[in-house]
Amino acid sequence: MSADVTAPAPPERGGPPAGPSVLRLMLDGLRRNMRQYGMVIALGLIVVLFAVWTDGDLLLPRNVSNLVLQNSYILVLAIGMMLVIISGHIDLSVGSLTAFVGAFLAVLSVRHDVPWPLALVLCLLVGAAAGAVQGYLIAYLGIPSFIVTLAGMLLFRGLTEILLKGQTLGPFPDGLQKIGNGFLPAFGPDTDYHNPTLLLGLVLIAAVVWQEVQGRRRQREFALQVPPLRLFALKLAALVAAIVALTLLLASYKGAPIILIALGALVVGYGYLMRNAVFGRHVYAIGGNLPAAKLSGVKDKKVTFLVFLNMGVLAALAGLVVAARLNAASPKAGVNFELEAIASSFIGGASMSGGVGTVLGAIIGGLVLGVLNNGMNLLSVGTDWQQVIKGLALLLAVGFDVWNKRRSGA
Amino acid sequence: MAGPVLEMRSIVKTFPGVTALSDVTLTVRPGEVHAICGENGAGKSTLMKVLSGVHPYGSYEGEVLFEGEECRFRDIRASERQGIVIIHQELALVPYLSLAENLFLGNEHARRGLIDWTETLRHATKLLRRVGLDEHPETRVADIGVGKQQLVEIAKALAKSVRLLILDEPTAALNDEDSGKLLDLILELKAQGITCIVISHKLNEIRKVADSVTVLRDGRSVETLDVRAPGTTEERIIAGMVGRDLDHRFPERPPHEPESGTAPALEVRGWTVRHPIDRQRKVVDDVSIEVRRGEIVGIAGLMGAGRTELAMSVFGRSYGRYAGGTVLKDGREIRTRTVAEAVGHGIAYVTEDRKHYGLNLIDTVHRNVSLTALGKVARRGIVDEHAERRAAEGFRTAMNIKAPTVLEPVGRLSGGNQQKVVLSKWIFADPDVLILDEPTRGIDVGAKYEIYTVIGRLAAEGRVVVFISSELPELLGMCDRIYTMAAGRLTGEVPRAGATQEALMRLMTRDEEVTP
Repeated sequence: MSADVTAPAPPERGGPPAGPSVLRLMLDGLRRNMRQYGMVIALGLIVVLFAVWTDGDLLLPRNVSNLVLQNSYILVLAIGMMLVIISGHIDLSVGSLTAFVGAFLAVLSVRHDVPWPLALVLCLLVGAAAGAVQGYLIAYLGIPSFIVTLAGMLLFRGLTEILLKGQTLGPFPDGLQKIGNGFLPAFGPDTDYHNPTLLLGLVLIAAVVWQEVQGRRRQREFALQVPPLRLFALKLAALVAAIVALTLLLASYKGAPIILIALGALVVGYGYLMRNAVFGRHVYAIGGNLPAAKLSGVKDKKVTFLVFLNMGVLAALAGLVVAARLNAASPKAGVNFELEAIASSFIGGASMSGGVGTVLGAIIGGLVLGVLNNGMNLLSVGTDWQQVIKGLALLLAVGFDVWNKRRSGA
Repeated sequence: MAGPVLEMRSIVKTFPGVTALSDVTLTVRPGEVHAICGENGAGKSTLMKVLSGVHPYGSYEGEVLFEGEECRFRDIRASERQGIVIIHQELALVPYLSLAENLFLGNEHARRGLIDWTETLRHATKLLRRVGLDEHPETRVADIGVGKQQLVEIAKALAKSVRLLILDEPTAALNDEDSGKLLDLILELKAQGITCIVISHKLNEIRKVADSVTVLRDGRSVETLDVRAPGTTEERIIAGMVGRDLDHRFPERPPHEPESGTAPALEVRGWTVRHPIDRQRKVVDDVSIEVRRGEIVGIAGLMGAGRTELAMSVFGRSYGRYAGGTVLKDGREIRTRTVAEAVGHGIAYVTEDRKHYGLNLIDTVHRNVSLTALGKVARRGIVDEHAERRAAEGFRTAMNIKAPTVLEPVGRLSGGNQQKVVLSKWIFADPDVLILDEPTRGIDVGAKYEIYTVIGRLAAEGRVVVFISSELPELLGMCDRIYTMAAGRLTGEVPRAGATQEALMRLMTRDEEVTP
């Protein structure tokens, strides 16, 4: 099923005015899936609000493109963090690890002229190694993740400064810069739009429609209840409309950023992993009830280890993107990234006690923060007030979740 | 004669989509012990939550009169101020605080925010003596057994000058000796003029302590019986609970005929386990058992006898420190050092504590069922959710699990239905050997019968069933052979024919090992 990987756009946006029965069904569905749709709707509202306040500047093609580039690394981290939090742990080291990997990249490719593709691979390996060591300490030696990763946070920050001797190191070769700032190369006739992006949009629409229709057909095949056709059509229309809008926006500027495509692949891949793979199930199981999972034969230590190993790799990826985007490695890179990633996960519906959350949720949470950041920048709100407002947004989102859970008597 | 101390009239309580109580009337006379019984999901706990203010006034219909005055409790504190105290099935004590601190938690003897320790200890000593608990008030709760903790709960209620004490399944986690003490205490409190409401599944207990019993069925109060009246037999009460006469409490099954010459399907030899913290102590000491295919073998023992510890240790060394012993399956030695290895050899352990060790309560029925053998509905690491749902749906129908769909979170099901989910998840793994630890704890008569039927069917399919239970009638009704344990040792082995509760109890209370 695709619900997890293709963003369910808020059903009240787009689409023709619906008959009363469909409206009622929609509201019913909303009420039942408050948790699921609540954040999507909140994101929609924030986008609309800032679009109005900035006289539409927020939705200018250039700005949308920027928004994606600015937030990509937080989103990458949020995916990994969501897995960590679902498994019942936390990772405070990712911001420092991000900086450390950036520094390592700079040392390799700037100081030692290592060919950049090789440097990339080495960096990802370093991230994996860092994640593996922390994962080993947490999973096999039983040291609490908060402690291990707090130590990691200090340790990697220190190592970063040692590697860089406290200075900024750059610039990078062209190939590397592309990772952070590059776009899909253009081709084809001059259409005023970026052709490959349009093509990508069409492929995406086809994939989404096919997925949804297939899913519905299979559900019916297994005699599971399906929502009425009109509601389904409405949902599909909203989804397609959202993709069309985003595609046109990006295609009218420089096209789809490379990092957006990578990010999309990560979301689809991890969404599928968490929803459909045995591994994903095991992550939810150990987070939901560790003793029960153990007694069910789940290899809890291995799963925990892999979750942290994976976090290390994604932190390395984020580190590469940050460094490439700034075109330099800085000892102050990645400060507070771990907190932004954690906040994204909780805004996106994760639970402190583990066992709950989705990859898509983490992305939506990350986008809420990203749009707030970007919108407030456009409105020239100072960083002081930005912090205050982001803090309140986190409280509000989780508070709403708690209230909603209590209301539904769960 | 004085009027009733408590009247609950036409109580209706609905949750979204479910009517938990559709019309309940309860009348309790002053100074009596009033039992409430009914199948799981009949509405007993909900009724008590209405009474104690957990479900506040306004969230239900009907009226509650306590000592003639209408009550409109907003929360538990409001009901406690009136002297109505409820003791839940899951004890609400803080393990790392002392008995005295627990007794007055939220109700401290304090002056200007500072605790008066002298008064606290004096009063605590008095309360502990009153419930017959011979422990120093500065002992930590974690250091005393469950039976004693239950007494602490009652002492805590007494500290709040309780006038109506509600006990929800007070003996569910207790062994017979502690249960006996607790029931005596209830009678003593009654003599002191405290009215008690006791929710219980154990009809012999009701007969022992209660004066009257109200039977709930499907959210309605069916009848209130005078326990002392000659017509009120256990069968009579059961008939009220299930709405039909229950002639047989156990399904018929032909006695097991052991094939001669074959090796036992499961054999445990010389199994010894040390306590996880206190390494000197042997929790299981040189225990050897054997079970054949198609046989149901019981393990009887009082609390602390080491039954659960034996089972969990054999099952992937999930308890304590292994200190010797081997497991043989079909005559060959196997390794069961991790749960995965044990499961790989076709062994399943169905826990006695379904909430903590059995289920992921926040997840759905179908995901709980499939967890033990996800490989069966997955290909190359990817779960086929449709196949998974179909499998779970099969169990929902076959086991009669009362849930709207398999997508329901397990935490919302009643205890009996949760137990069926735990059983389903292990049957789904298709094991050769099932170790069932208290599979009917805390569930009602009707659901018990269904679970017995399933157990009988599993044995008839040629599986090995090890049945651990504290309820002797259940062991006698279901097992072909029964082992008894006491203080970590095997103290006896009794064939079904000729076994009596008295004989088993003698073996279970014996201290030294017997050589058969």
